[in-house]
Amino acid sequence: MNLKEKIIEKLLLFCALVTIFTTAGIIGVLLIQTFGFFSEVSIIDFLTDTEWTPLFSNKRFGILPLLSGTILTTLIAVAVAVPLGLTIAIYLSEYANPTFRNYVKPALEVLAAVPTVVYGFFALEFVTPLLQSIFGSGLAGFNAISPGIVMGIMILPLVSSLSEDALYAVPKNLREGSYALGSTKYQTAWKVIFPAAFSGISVSVILAISRAIGETMIVAIAAGQQPRLTFDPTVPIETMTTYIVQVSMGDVPHNSIEYRTIFAVGIMLFVITFLLNNLSFYLKKRYQEVYQ
Amino acid sequence: MKAKKIRRRLRRFKNFRKYELQDKIFQYVGLACTLFGIGILFVLLADVLMKGLTRVDWDFLMDLPSRKAERAGIYTAWIGTLWIMVSTAVIAFPVGVGAGLYLEEYGKRNKLANFVEINIANLAGVPSIIYGLLGLELFARALSLGGSILTGALTLSLLILPIIIVSTREALKSVPYTIREASYGLGATKWQTIWYQVLPASVSGIITGAILAISRAIGETAPLIVIGALSYVPFAASGVMDSFTVLPIQIFNWISRPQEEFAVNAAAAIIVMLSITFLMNGIAVFFRYRAQKKIKW
Repeated sequence: MNLKEKIIEKLLLFCALVTIFTTAGIIGVLLIQTFGFFSEVSIIDFLTDTEWTPLFSNKRFGILPLLSGTILTTLIAVAVAVPLGLTIAIYLSEYANPTFRNYVKPALEVLAAVPTVVYGFFALEFVTPLLQSIFGSGLAGFNAISPGIVMGIMILPLVSSLSEDALYAVPKNLREGSYALGSTKYQTAWKVIFPAAFSGISVSVILAISRAIGETMIVAIAAGQQPRLTFDPTVPIETMTTYIVQVSMGDVPHNSIEYRTIFAVGIMLFVITFLLNNLSFYLKKRYQEVYQ
Repeated sequence: MKAKKIRRRLRRFKNFRKYELQDKIFQYVGLACTLFGIGILFVLLADVLMKGLTRVDWDFLMDLPSRKAERAGIYTAWIGTLWIMVSTAVIAFPVGVGAGLYLEEYGKRNKLANFVEINIANLAGVPSIIYGLLGLELFARALSLGGSILTGALTLSLLILPIIIVSTREALKSVPYTIREASYGLGATKWQTIWYQVLPASVSGIITGAILAISRAIGETAPLIVIGALSYVPFAASGVMDSFTVLPIQIFNWISRPQEEFAVNAAAAIIVMLSITFLMNGIAVFFRYRAQKKIKW
């Protein structure tokens, strides 16, 4: 009997350790292939060269064009999701009646359940033609603005739901104190509740940014596959994630330099999202206000 | 001096109407933003339905892929999705629930469990395409499984493991400690307590999390492309070592083609894909509702 208990505990421990092996596996795989990559390409070139052409005969390995593509689409997504998401969060937590809130919040979260390839279709087949009909033909068929906007819609529930949770968790007596001083709901929301929930809100925004940086299919479908060091949202670009997909779709021989580039790009992606995620954990821990 | 002060106060009081107006305006802006968010969902659905609904029929579901858009179907794609769904569930569910049990029931407050917890939070934030790179090197190449269903299922299992673990822990947390103590009081061992008391009381919550995680897995495209799933598979998969395609990859493949007829096919496949996603989410909501309703401690 005692032995059986011991065996079960060890089995369950092993299940928990699978997650550690996963992390070790990811870091190991990325590092091994990246070492191979940097034995052929100097790390200075990788970080400073302004051309990314590993698949052409004149190979250049500067990650900046891919990085700028990722940053551009992420910035557009954040510019859509943060103002919209925060307004929704404040409306739902401070203004809306509870029944409305209980229906609307899950409905918004459906946006997060939609597979990203569907958003890609929406960006390419609906948003881009819509923008072209508004702004004219200056907008290329593949561009950064349309997937950026759609990505913003994808991360909207992340911002609105997590921020709303943070706002809702602020104790009632802070609101009542503010109302008693004659403040309107607007003043209370922005000057009392918002600062009190700031750590929770910043966590939600950082997680949304991290999600946007790692998002693949929307940009792979609608942003194009042309690495270009630009912040012009109307022309085709390529993000880091799209590049990995592009190489995976072709038949690049294993252990060639072209093959290793996807791991070098992958480790860049991993490091950026890892830092952002840990910044959010740190903020959550450090600035979590405790009200009694 | 005093009059000046009073006048200043009065002026501020006059601002009261301004603040009220500002408050009202924001209320409507907030409502508009909220409705806009939900409206986008409906626009997306309407757009897809309008473009693809007429294309969805029995033949579309049962036809093999073809270079001619009007003859192409999604048979191999949804069979592949089904294979991936089942094999991912078989791998990820026991491991995820096991890990959740260990962290919540056994490893509380020990250093290892703490480390595992931080690690899980980090894994949950790793972009899915990175898991694809792991699967490509580890399963497809090092273990020589190639671009098979097994490689895909193992990769997606690792991807959704954090979700299953976190939701399992939440479900276990909702079982009050007194239940465990009563069981121990009757002489039950730790595992007997877990198996006969804790798990039955939390099973609805655990299943909710697992279904949502699986639903996320079958919507994934990028990691499967990276491990080498194909976009053209002439025959339906019949075992876990077969090469395969899935609905999202089929959709991606059709979207990437310039001809308008393929966009129609993509929209039709999206309708099937979304039906599966929403059905699974619906089932999950049902289980969550049951979990909340059934047990009142």
